[in-house]
Amino acid sequence: MIRVVLPAHLRTLARVDGEVKLHVEGLPTPRAVLDALEAGYPMLRGTIRDQVSHQRRAFVRFFACGQDLSHEPPDTPLPAAVATGAEPFLVVGAMAGG
Amino acid sequence: MSQVRVLVGTRKGAFVLTSDGRRDRWDVSGPHFGGWEIYHVKASPADPDRLYASQSSGWFGQVIQRSSDGGKTWEAVGNKFVYDGVTGTHQWYDGTPHPWEFARVWHLEPSPADPDTVYAGVEDAALFRSTDGGQTWQELPGLRTHPSGSSWQPGAGGMCLHTILLDPSHPGRIFIAISAAGVFRTDDAGLTWRPANRGLKSDGIPDPAAEVGHCVHRIAMHRSRPGVLFMQKHWDVMRSDDAGESWREVSGNLPTDFGFPIDVHAHEPETIYVVPIKSDSEHYPPDGKLRVYRSRTGGNEWQALTSGLPQRDCYVNVLRDAMAVDSLDPGGVYFGTTGGQVYASADGGDHWAPIVQHLPAVVSVEAQTLP
Repeated sequence: MIRVVLPAHLRTLARVDGEVKLHVEGLPTPRAVLDALEAGYPMLRGTIRDQVSHQRRAFVRFFACGQDLSHEPPDTPLPAAVATGAEPFLVVGAMAGG
Repeated sequence: MSQVRVLVGTRKGAFVLTSDGRRDRWDVSGPHFGGWEIYHVKASPADPDRLYASQSSGWFGQVIQRSSDGGKTWEAVGNKFVYDGVTGTHQWYDGTPHPWEFARVWHLEPSPADPDTVYAGVEDAALFRSTDGGQTWQELPGLRTHPSGSSWQPGAGGMCLHTILLDPSHPGRIFIAISAAGVFRTDDAGLTWRPANRGLKSDGIPDPAAEVGHCVHRIAMHRSRPGVLFMQKHWDVMRSDDAGESWREVSGNLPTDFGFPIDVHAHEPETIYVVPIKSDSEHYPPDGKLRVYRSRTGGNEWQALTSGLPQRDCYVNVLRDAMAVDSLDPGGVYFGTTGGQVYASADGGDHWAPIVQHLPAVVSVEAQTLP
């Protein structure tokens, strides 16, 4: 089970409280996690990554285990602690705009 | 007794203001979608409880919300706006070619006949349509691929398609306006388009009378007389009596002819409203006085409407989509400011009072008259 923490505005949009728990087939990667997230919560499509190119939106970041994974290729395996559910995968709205 | 519902989009959420036909006491609901920019909220004329809202964010992009109960509850619908075919380029601010990039939906225009059909005017300028209640969107690419498209340049706020007028008496005829390309008209439901800017003069472009390139801020029509159009241009208030084939200036005695919104009284097709703004580099009213100007002659002769509006130290702006009228008798007029006030007049503009005074900056105002 993968744990995903969404920023407040996306939790509101998806109508969830707290973490989202996802089942991801195979080796969890950012792409696989986002695919599962968008399948379960279609209203999030386009809010984290472009719907066609799948490019991450400029002011969204991906953190896990104290690392910034935003610039990793989307098929890079996530840390083992994320794969086991010990640590969450964080979708973060970048601090910007004052 | 009739009711009025005023739909307000702001920089930080949407608000729904409701009153009975007297329009002196208001209930305020909101913020809906708090923290998001709400560029526009508009109801379907075919089903007054069907609302559409454009919700956007610099972080999380575009969301379209739909309500089926007059704004009490909402559901996110489709937000996939993909240009049809080869995207092409328009001119960037520095004159270089720039690929069309979707940024946001500025304006939603529901069909008068079908609650599930709605048009969306977007930045970078293009027209989209949904026929399934906003679940999916298809571009009408004939506009963006007009031969002049590669020469279009953004206005200061972006290259937005901000006005959509559906002609009620000519099926297939649609007028749209783009900053800073100008007005375009289709007579075949969006397949082909042609510029409708003859008579406009804009000193800020190389050829002041060019076929395209004008910074049109807003156009308006009265449903009973769709061949007559009114325009607030960057500078100049204009009028067309031939469905956009030609325009003439009707700024008349306005203290300044710069401004953003323009609207037409619901029962008097020759009664129009503007809010003069000092200049394009000073986006506030002249002399610190917030004045709506009304013409009862379709332009040229204007009367300042000041009763109930601040007449000193007022430096707010009124944006292009932030004025609306209701269809009660006497007709109501509404507008919202960048200072967060929404003003209402229940007597055609003679007297004004604020409905709310401390909202986030108001981007759009629409009024619904309900049975």
